[in-house]
Amino acid sequence: MTETLLEVEGLTRRFGSGRNVVTAVKDVSFTLARGEILAVVGESGSGKSTLARLILRLLPPTAGSIRFAGLGDITRLQGHKLRPFWQHVQAIFQDPFATFNQFFTVRRFLERSLGILDNPPEGREREEAISAALRAVGLEPSDVLMKWPHQLSGGQRQRLMIARALLLRPKLVIADEPTSMLDASLRVTVLNLLADLRREHEVSILFITHDLGQAFYLADRLLVMYRGEVVEHGPIEAVLSAPQHPYTQRLLADVPRLGSGRPKMTSPDRWAPRRVPAGE
Amino acid sequence: MQPILTVDRVHAVYRLPNGAEVHAVDGVSLSIAEGEILGIVGESGCGKSTLASVISLTARPPLYVSEGRLIFNGHSVPLTALDRVPNDWRGRVIALLPQGAMNSLNPTLRVRDFVVDVLRAHDHSIDRRIAIERARERLEQLSLPPRVLDSYPHQLSGGMKQRVVAVLSTILNPRVLIADEPTSALDVSSQRALVNLLLELLERQIIGSIMFISHDLPLLSNVADRIAVMYAGELVELGTTPQIVRAPQHPYTRALLQATLVPERTIRGRRIEGIPGQPPDLRQPPPGCRFHPRCPYALEQCRRERPPLETIEGRQVACWWVARQHRTVPSMEGLAP
Repeated sequence: MTETLLEVEGLTRRFGSGRNVVTAVKDVSFTLARGEILAVVGESGSGKSTLARLILRLLPPTAGSIRFAGLGDITRLQGHKLRPFWQHVQAIFQDPFATFNQFFTVRRFLERSLGILDNPPEGREREEAISAALRAVGLEPSDVLMKWPHQLSGGQRQRLMIARALLLRPKLVIADEPTSMLDASLRVTVLNLLADLRREHEVSILFITHDLGQAFYLADRLLVMYRGEVVEHGPIEAVLSAPQHPYTQRLLADVPRLGSGRPKMTSPDRWAPRRVPAGE
Repeated sequence: MQPILTVDRVHAVYRLPNGAEVHAVDGVSLSIAEGEILGIVGESGCGKSTLASVISLTARPPLYVSEGRLIFNGHSVPLTALDRVPNDWRGRVIALLPQGAMNSLNPTLRVRDFVVDVLRAHDHSIDRRIAIERARERLEQLSLPPRVLDSYPHQLSGGMKQRVVAVLSTILNPRVLIADEPTSALDVSSQRALVNLLLELLERQIIGSIMFISHDLPLLSNVADRIAVMYAGELVELGTTPQIVRAPQHPYTRALLQATLVPERTIRGRRIEGIPGQPPDLRQPPPGCRFHPRCPYALEQCRRERPPLETIEGRQVACWWVARQHRTVPSMEGLAP
């Protein structure tokens, strides 16, 4: 395998205190190689998004460490010391309607994003870089540059986030349910853009989803979380063809495949209530 | 099969404050038989939720029905004049299981008070004890503990709230339940539980039939007997589930199926393409077929004339290109004997 980019060791996060303590992420360890796509799957409340926020350093961990190639241990970095890390990591969140500053046009949003770099391009060079990034995700610069976020559709907004990732050339993209608010036809388009980002720029992607179909389409490895813990972890084909943990087996069994209509009337025990684990 | 409910040529528009009109549903006709589950699939903005509000008699301004009738048991009423709809149609004939059902309970009422409210709205003289007893029975059938009745919504888990709302919307034993994206906020396991619940209600004949609206084609394909595909306010294809899933005709249905990602080996290492472009702006829908700007097979005719729904290969489909493919085999339908 190639060089390791991200190394997460024993990462834990607890919320609350006393009797109300909730361990959202419990002793999670994994590595991510350069140019690799790792999918993290689990149901709502399994700790996937907390894990993303911990790695993005938007939330301090209770225990554990995060190491990033070239920067070493970044778990405790604060303030301006985080800048080099943030130059290399980009996030794409679930809700494209909550991500943007409503008062910035697309042009201003992208120009400001470049400010995180040490030597941002300027003038014509900047203009060209922005246009190229927009075109790469299928947005026409003359159409969108002067628009405000509310004038863009959900799909356009998610593509804009990927354009920003292209513009800043991060080493790591953390995509937290990037397609869950998009329609099926657009979903594939966004996943293809992420696949291109990896293929053309060797970006590593932590792809968080509850949809095993999407994970199977995009990722190399799979990490299954249940109630904050990693219950299964391995190459995606191996995990999906022979899931070991009962939770993974159930998750896989519950995903609807294309069927041929309603099941015929069955024995009453089919209606026995299935235990659905409580949410967060 | 004899239809229990027929929706006839519904046109519904949103009137915007600036005077513009969004034609969200444009000439949709459907019918549903006793005991049937009819799926309605389409992407955001295709008009499926608007259709749900219209059929469930819950359309409110700025949504207006400009044309259309509802026919139940041979009794036909105009949807344009909701005051002419018999009162007992609401809840008893047609009931709505709303989108985001978990958030549709009143947070300040205990479940039992809510139940009494709902039943009183339909039968003023019903005794409080009888109303609560009825709800208790129904909750038990759905394996909910009786304590649920004494709980406030915040004391229930998401899955329990979902079931309580399902109980409430079916407590009058409606003949047709309109389920509008009932599972879209749930993870796969809770989705399956809710679908099983609806199937159970149907098989016990507590509800007569279900119109199941969803954007999730794999899910629908495991629930529905027939599937109607909507695009930009119009019905583009309607057939049995195997017809739609195994042998789709309309280019939009085909594209939708192609873009479906299921965790099976077939999708691995293969590049699947989405549908290029975006759905049209329904303030100014394109002339002709509304899918033509995104359609790889668009003909000259598609840009000018709106394709009618025709029966091709045993299902209804509105597409000039499909009609042309089948023209070589003349249909005997509609010919006098």
